Amino acid sequence: MSTYSLSDGLASGAPRSSRAPLLATWIRDSGAGVLASIAWIAFGLSCLWWADVGDWSRTHSLGIAAFVIAAIALFGTVGADYLGAAGQALHKRAPWLVALGAFLTVWEVATAKFAWLPLPFFPPPQAIIDVYTDDLPKLLDSVFASIKLQLGGYLIGVAIGFLTGVSIGWSRAVGYWVHPVLRFIGPLPATAWLPIAFFTFPSSWSASTFLIALATGFPVTVLTWSGVASVSNAYYDVARTLGAKPSFLVLKVAIPAALPHVFVGLFMGLGSSFAVLVVAEMIGVKAGLGWYLQWAQGWAAYANMYAALIVMSLLCSGAITLLFSIRDRLLVWQKGTVKW
Amino acid sequence: MVATALAEAVMHPAAGAALDIEQVSHAFDIDGTELPVLSDVSISVEPGEFVALLGPSGCGKSTLLRLVAGLDKPKAGRLREDEARIRNPHPSRVVVFQDPTLFPWRSVWDNVALGLEAQGILKSQRHRVDAALDLVGLSSFRNAYPHQLSGGMAQRVALARALVNDPKILILDEPLGKLDSLTRITMQAELVSLWQRKGFTTLLVTHDAEEALVLANRVIVFSERPARVKADIRVDRPYPRHRGDPYLADLRRQILGLLGLDATW
Repeated sequence: MSTYSLSDGLASGAPRSSRAPLLATWIRDSGAGVLASIAWIAFGLSCLWWADVGDWSRTHSLGIAAFVIAAIALFGTVGADYLGAAGQALHKRAPWLVALGAFLTVWEVATAKFAWLPLPFFPPPQAIIDVYTDDLPKLLDSVFASIKLQLGGYLIGVAIGFLTGVSIGWSRAVGYWVHPVLRFIGPLPATAWLPIAFFTFPSSWSASTFLIALATGFPVTVLTWSGVASVSNAYYDVARTLGAKPSFLVLKVAIPAALPHVFVGLFMGLGSSFAVLVVAEMIGVKAGLGWYLQWAQGWAAYANMYAALIVMSLLCSGAITLLFSIRDRLLVWQKGTVKW
Repeated sequence: MVATALAEAVMHPAAGAALDIEQVSHAFDIDGTELPVLSDVSISVEPGEFVALLGPSGCGKSTLLRLVAGLDKPKAGRLREDEARIRNPHPSRVVVFQDPTLFPWRSVWDNVALGLEAQGILKSQRHRVDAALDLVGLSSFRNAYPHQLSGGMAQRVALARALVNDPKILILDEPLGKLDSLTRITMQAELVSLWQRKGFTTLLVTHDAEEALVLANRVIVFSERPARVKADIRVDRPYPRHRGDPYLADLRRQILGLLGLDATW
């Protein structure tokens, strides 16, 4: 039966690979994990070996934590076969763990130990840990304030932008009136409105919400509009011969067909609204991560600034990731038609 | 004679509608100049007839179909379905286009359900969608997305999407034009058996004389643009028909002659 020769070949292939030199297999499977462990041991040693040039309370704890991570990396690699998915995940990320350990070692040595980088401006890792432990309440307050402001403005901008975009794309009359306004006002960076917004709106919170909504709304409007406008007439013909009313054409044909474009607008809107959020918080709003940055700069608290920046980038990339996963869920039908 | 007529009437109660095309003329506006595409076309189709519209490429056959579907309005003349004026699209006249134009964001089942959903009767009529998918043999693909289907399968789904509405007139705009020749022959046979079972009136635009003769009761040959009816040929042969049938071969020769291709025969 020649049809079975393929699986026969596969079966005999398995023992052949195990006959490869043992050392080579071991390096391929565990090399990165062991290196990661060594890198984190090096980081731990760099924390504990020399004395700090400044006064930081968590150098010792950080060194111990580095050793713990090194131990986890080592045992996770050696025992990968027994750990299932967790072992797989560790194996996949081991090269990054190596790079991170090496980077932290260099950072630690260059700042806390020998001060090769000028000190107040380049705080060591333990100084940033200090911020997360000692200044946590204020940092959390700022995070919540930023999320609240961003979310409100973004959602308003998305809702208005989406509705406007669909209306322009669908109705010639709406397009006639809205299109020139959009052309005139849209390209203006939302931050240019800042001075006016802050004295025309009753509160700095409402002014910033307006600005974030504006920054979000423009790209969402334009891309929703172009999405709706580019829907093939053939789809409408099909739906009409099947008895579709105009509302069905909008809700069940135009909008789903335009959705890939809409998501491009949502991504662009998210990016530009982050910029507006930070500027608005730095200038007018007395809360949020932008304000925290500004405040830390006023006190020359550089470690706090780095700490806030790290949190901010986690939040922004988290928001983008969330949007991506929503898109993947809604546009699953696109998976086979375009390259993601 | 009477017995067979009776048997046929029982087998498919008159599900088809009569179609009257009365002195219809149509023209396109292209950059301000008027381009006539249909000139004084009159065709009267009996309920349950299978009529093939044959003509040179670009002569206006598809335009006529759009008028019958109600997607466009004629510049002159009248179209009637069972005596009622055709003014707008209606699910009793469903079109299957040359491209399947399935909605890529909907699964096969949801594509077929489109008509019932648009008419707001899907909730109580879900079984009709299943039945239509069964009819075209694609029940196992109900959850697939259009991009996962072959060309022939996609066109079958388009057919199911039309048939689920129980149309009185099925309008086919070269639906098999882009399929490979094997799939095409299979689907021609399927079309005939569907039409025989359901009894709807069928209007088929094609540029393939053989396809017209294998499928239709009646072949209407159009002239070059602006299209006029050049010949109205009755094809009185039982189904299933054979491509090699000398009677059909003779008709085919006549038709190709009408289309100005006698030199090749």
